[in-house]
Amino acid sequence: MNTANQYLKAIYLVQEMEDGPASTGAIAEMLDVSPASANEMVGKLEEQQLCRHEKYEGVELTDEGIGRARDAIQNYCIIERFLIEVLKVEEFREEAKQLEPVIDETVAERLDTIIDREPQCPDCFSAEDDVCSLLVPELDAAD
Amino acid sequence: MSLRSPLNSDHQLARLLQIGVVLEEVVEARAAKHAAEREELDREVRAFLEEAAEESAEHRKRLESLIEELDADTIAFDQIQRLVEEQYEAGSEFDGVLYDQLCNEETAYKFYDDLIEAIEGSEVAFGIDRERLLSELRAIRREEEAGVEAVTALMENGE
Repeated sequence: MNTANQYLKAIYLVQEMEDGPASTGAIAEMLDVSPASANEMVGKLEEQQLCRHEKYEGVELTDEGIGRARDAIQNYCIIERFLIEVLKVEEFREEAKQLEPVIDETVAERLDTIIDREPQCPDCFSAEDDVCSLLVPELDAAD
Repeated sequence: MSLRSPLNSDHQLARLLQIGVVLEEVVEARAAKHAAEREELDREVRAFLEEAAEESAEHRKRLESLIEELDADTIAFDQIQRLVEEQYEAGSEFDGVLYDQLCNEETAYKFYDDLIEAIEGSEVAFGIDRERLLSELRAIRREEEAGVEAVTALMENGE
């Protein structure tokens, strides 16, 4: 997944958690980058009309940005589910983050043929838990 | 979430190679299943699918040998075969056996291409000889590219 899509996904999830525009500080924190880097990328996304950035208010995705962010969350969910269901990886969140930049959507689509993913994906993705909310009870039970 | 380099340890490299093994296993299982179950296929297509399944099995063994050098585990083929079997009917969105095979070959090519780029962009000293690793992966990528061309030619002949 490319860097722009990772940013769109982060903005979408921060917007969801904050129930409003995403602050660049929160976006930077989620991506573990400096606020200056986040600001620069937000500017680029704004030029591509994928988001709007109002000073002191925050960043909001446009409809096109939302579409791309949702695709990126689906890909991320596929990677996480693949790690959990097929490879039985306990540290799946950490590993999914590491794999995300190198797993292209066509590859994710193939991995999707062997995992269980619900049709409502990515609506069931929990930003707080950083995993599909449908998996949370199962994961809690396994702990 | 992170934008860090995805490849900075043997563990991460082994994980990506495991994903390669799984992709090859998916190709192998699906191609073998198509060849065995679709009675309507002509001889040329059936032979192509059988060859594709054999090639994937061979790629898988080459990847497994790299994984072994990294002291990591591989993923058993029967486990993936079972998952392909379970999800096959419900999960198949692809029209036609050859189109499915084209997606398989293109996906594998893209995966190896991205993996090679990530290795080339990493400065980590892996527990496996970098040149051997890259030359093996480049060779597999070339074969996937040839696979894309072969299936495209078959599709064009069938039109």
